[in-house]
Amino acid sequence: MADVIDAVAGRSVAPGTEVLLSMRDLHAGFDTDDGRVQAIDGVSFDVARGEVFAIVGESGSGKSVTAMSILGLQPTLDVTEGEILWKGRDLLTLPEDERRRVRGNEIAMIFQDPLTALNPVHTVGRQIGEMARIHEGIGKKQALERSIELLDLVGIPESRKRAQMYPHEYSGGMRQRAMIAMAIACNPDLLIADEPTTALDVTVQAQVLEVLVDIKDEIDSAIILITHDLGVVAGLAHRIMVMYGGRGVELGTTRELFYEPRHPYTLGLLASLPRLDDVGDEPLLPIAGSPPSLIRKPSGCVFHPRCRFARVPGMCDGEVPALRLVAGDAHMSACHYAEELAGVTIESLRASVDVTADAELLDVGLAVPRRNGGDEVDAEASDVFVEEGVAHPGVTERSLEDEGPQTWPEAR
Amino acid sequence: MTSYIIRRLLQIIPTVFVALSFLFFIFFALPGDPASLIAGGAERTIDPGVMERINARYGLGNSIWAQFGDYWQRTIRWDLGESFLNRRSVNEILGERAVASIRLAIWAVIIEVIVGLCVGLLSAIRRYSWSDKLTTIVTAVASAIPVFVLGFILQWAFAVKPNQWDWPEWARLRTSGIGPNSWTLFFIPTGEQWRYLILPAITLASVTTALLARMTRGSMLEVLRADYMRTARAKGLRERDVVVRHGLRNAMLPVVTLIGLDFGTAIGSAVLTETTFSWPGLGSQIVASVNDRDLPVLLGLTLAVVLAYAFVNLIVDISYAWFDPRIRLGKGEHA
Amino acid sequence: MTLADRARAPGHIEAPESTDVADLGVARPLRADVWRRFKRNRLAMVGLGFIVLLTVVAIFAPWIAPYSITERASGEFRDGPSADHWFGTDAIGRDVFSRVVFGARVSLRIGFLATLIALVVGVTLGATAGFFGGGTDSLIMRLTDVFLAIPYIILAVSIATVVGRSENSIILILGLTGWLFVTRIVRASFLGLRRLEYVEAATALGFSRPRIMFRHVLPNALQPIIVYGTIAIGAVILSEAALSFVGVGPQEPTPAWGRMVADAGGGSLASAPHMLFFPAMAIVLTVLAFILVGDGLRDSLDPKLK
Repeated sequence: MADVIDAVAGRSVAPGTEVLLSMRDLHAGFDTDDGRVQAIDGVSFDVARGEVFAIVGESGSGKSVTAMSILGLQPTLDVTEGEILWKGRDLLTLPEDERRRVRGNEIAMIFQDPLTALNPVHTVGRQIGEMARIHEGIGKKQALERSIELLDLVGIPESRKRAQMYPHEYSGGMRQRAMIAMAIACNPDLLIADEPTTALDVTVQAQVLEVLVDIKDEIDSAIILITHDLGVVAGLAHRIMVMYGGRGVELGTTRELFYEPRHPYTLGLLASLPRLDDVGDEPLLPIAGSPPSLIRKPSGCVFHPRCRFARVPGMCDGEVPALRLVAGDAHMSACHYAEELAGVTIESLRASVDVTADAELLDVGLAVPRRNGGDEVDAEASDVFVEEGVAHPGVTERSLEDEGPQTWPEAR
Repeated sequence: MTSYIIRRLLQIIPTVFVALSFLFFIFFALPGDPASLIAGGAERTIDPGVMERINARYGLGNSIWAQFGDYWQRTIRWDLGESFLNRRSVNEILGERAVASIRLAIWAVIIEVIVGLCVGLLSAIRRYSWSDKLTTIVTAVASAIPVFVLGFILQWAFAVKPNQWDWPEWARLRTSGIGPNSWTLFFIPTGEQWRYLILPAITLASVTTALLARMTRGSMLEVLRADYMRTARAKGLRERDVVVRHGLRNAMLPVVTLIGLDFGTAIGSAVLTETTFSWPGLGSQIVASVNDRDLPVLLGLTLAVVLAYAFVNLIVDISYAWFDPRIRLGKGEHA
Repeated sequence: MTLADRARAPGHIEAPESTDVADLGVARPLRADVWRRFKRNRLAMVGLGFIVLLTVVAIFAPWIAPYSITERASGEFRDGPSADHWFGTDAIGRDVFSRVVFGARVSLRIGFLATLIALVVGVTLGATAGFFGGGTDSLIMRLTDVFLAIPYIILAVSIATVVGRSENSIILILGLTGWLFVTRIVRASFLGLRRLEYVEAATALGFSRPRIMFRHVLPNALQPIIVYGTIAIGAVILSEAALSFVGVGPQEPTPAWGRMVADAGGGSLASAPHMLFFPAMAIVLTVLAFILVGDGLRDSLDPKLK
């Protein structure tokens, strides 16, 4: 069948699953007055039907650009190499009107800030219905009925009244739900959610994510979830790709990444999270330094200036590490010494840090939030499972046994 | 919404009061005696008896405060008095001049809207193309030419030169005066009227057209960058539909405001155009009254202009509030 | 040494960036950036070049102009351009070229000074209104409304009847009518900026309000002020021309360009176009130059336009 793609060696999903989207070695950037910003520097991943695939990274890592390049929403993005295969066809070489047919219909996108992403002078109902009108050619009345149905589906009360209202009359969480309703209007096979909860309050975040997952099951679509928040990802995603400096540095299942990280950056990210079981005086380990300029990237491994394990001079600053299989079926990492990281745990990292030595690091005024005990922490957003003295945020007991994601913990 | 309107209406009153009073006091500080003016000009020596009678008649001998109170008492009843210069009722003068100004203003705005909007939108959509750059230069130049210079050039090009080169009669335009003053539906010129109308209308429109074009372009550019445009594209809309269905309405909001304001200004501030083409409008009459120290005409016509401008502003604000649902429906956040 | 051992000893880690509160404000392009972007805008550079040229001409006017502004050449009235009189002569025989050259002084002086007055008054009032809000704001806005209600020319002409028609009076009039727009712009800027978080941060750190207003908020409000100020100089020059046209401009023998155009009148186009053409061109080119520079500044100061 045309849908089941036999990917070349280096495929990142377990054999046998149906791959819908396949990004292969994409290189793309922007030409600016200051030089070329190479935002996507060799990114490859696959997304299978029905799975939740998370792309995680800091600001400036290239994750948003990568997501938007799938739909071709940036006219100034210059793609120099690579393919984006959707159900076998390369989106990059499709003629424009074919590409338009894919947008919204087969692949839909949910943007970060629903207030600016929705047109302020059109009613919500009209904007949702527009999706159906574009792709299915139905009339105004039918479109309105459809939008009311969709609003119901995402859990917005009084949907008939709401459909006639404007975006600014909705609360933040409701707006994002409306965006979700709009995105699923034509039953797309893939939803791309670009930081869908970043602009929302923590309690509302959980609700919206729950809606997202329910919907996904309802219409059997896959989700690409872009975020910088590891907590969000932990309970939701099947597989994760960590991006840094425009490249994918680690790719694997949620369990693999959280329990057996194989890249110093991933390790650093995990180690910098505060734990529910912190007593209050444990040092937090920020990753020192700042994200690389995408115009003048460091030589060799893009992370090496901030890596506590880097061997310099040597391969780390000499050669760009390829994203390769380092463990299991499809756990990949872009580190020359990935195998050696097998023994390193977050606990050992923390234990090794001398409080006084790192006091200077912490003292420079960087705002690192600390939490005391369990009282102030929003338990729903980061349920903690403690396994043998090592705490894993957001991972519940159940998820350690299955491979799939769990329903987000009840959070009202 | 209604409370907003009422509040704005009430605000107009003190604004108009202070503005007119300000003018009133300025002219009182003037050298130059209105009485001598009325009597026939500052040059001739006046019979003191005549002066006395004039002073008594117009209350010019009283204290400034008495005159001030007097003035407002009359004005509230819309008794604008008579011209010092020719004894005509100010209301009559106001009527004639206002009508002429409004007609000219209407046409100037029509030209401005058609040309300005088209140019602005096109150059926004074709950003950075050579036509856009050309537009930028042309609008900049148009903003830099003094209105009366443009007026002179148009007069020369369409009236003087054709005379010299002996153009046929039907091709010649008029450069002075209002002509037969024949109109239908209040503002549609009939017969030969258009020949007298067209040049002053174009001249008056020139400055604001350039500004409108630039503003439209700016507004449209900003809208094109907006997030909701990206969302519309992500839905699979054709670019043309994205711009027209989603962009246009948002871009037009500030532009419509500007058009309204331009109309308000055109009524009372078209001094240069009116003077150049001898079009008998409000602005030129007011300035002439300043030179003549003809206080009643000056204050009366200015009052009308100030009121008209205030009302036009109010209508513009209300329309804006109505078109933009964010303002019309208030910031109701329903959880 | 295994990687695990390495974990214990931090490697070469780079130091973090500056964390001074004053630097955490809204991203502003640096001065070097601004100049670089400006340079790339050819139209703006042409405008700037013209302004520089004009300033030089104004400064060195007595050496550049072959005649004085009152010198009359007998018998040569309304003569077109010639070797002796590059721009021809006017109705009473004066050399138009010299008068245009000296006119540059007048126009630039009026332009800069009036704009300066307007900016100083406008920025002070606008900043106060925008920053303190509430009652102060309402009062200042009502004041602006009153003056804006009166048509500009009428207001200018009225004030002129009181303060007279000398060059300085014109500067005063134009400055006092110009602050209205500046106030609005500045106030809008301040209202917007005031709510930004870094102002809250500064307040929390205990900075006094005037300090916050001037050191932290004003620099960010500068962009529209600079742009408006530049374009305003051109607008003032146009206004001076307009005032001259209605008879309220600088009086004889001051060679104000607007006066020269007004004196020439439309009729001259048929018989002696040079009388109108040269001073009019001077006005148009100068105002155009300021508009182009203002536009260029706006584009290069805008942090979002990359």
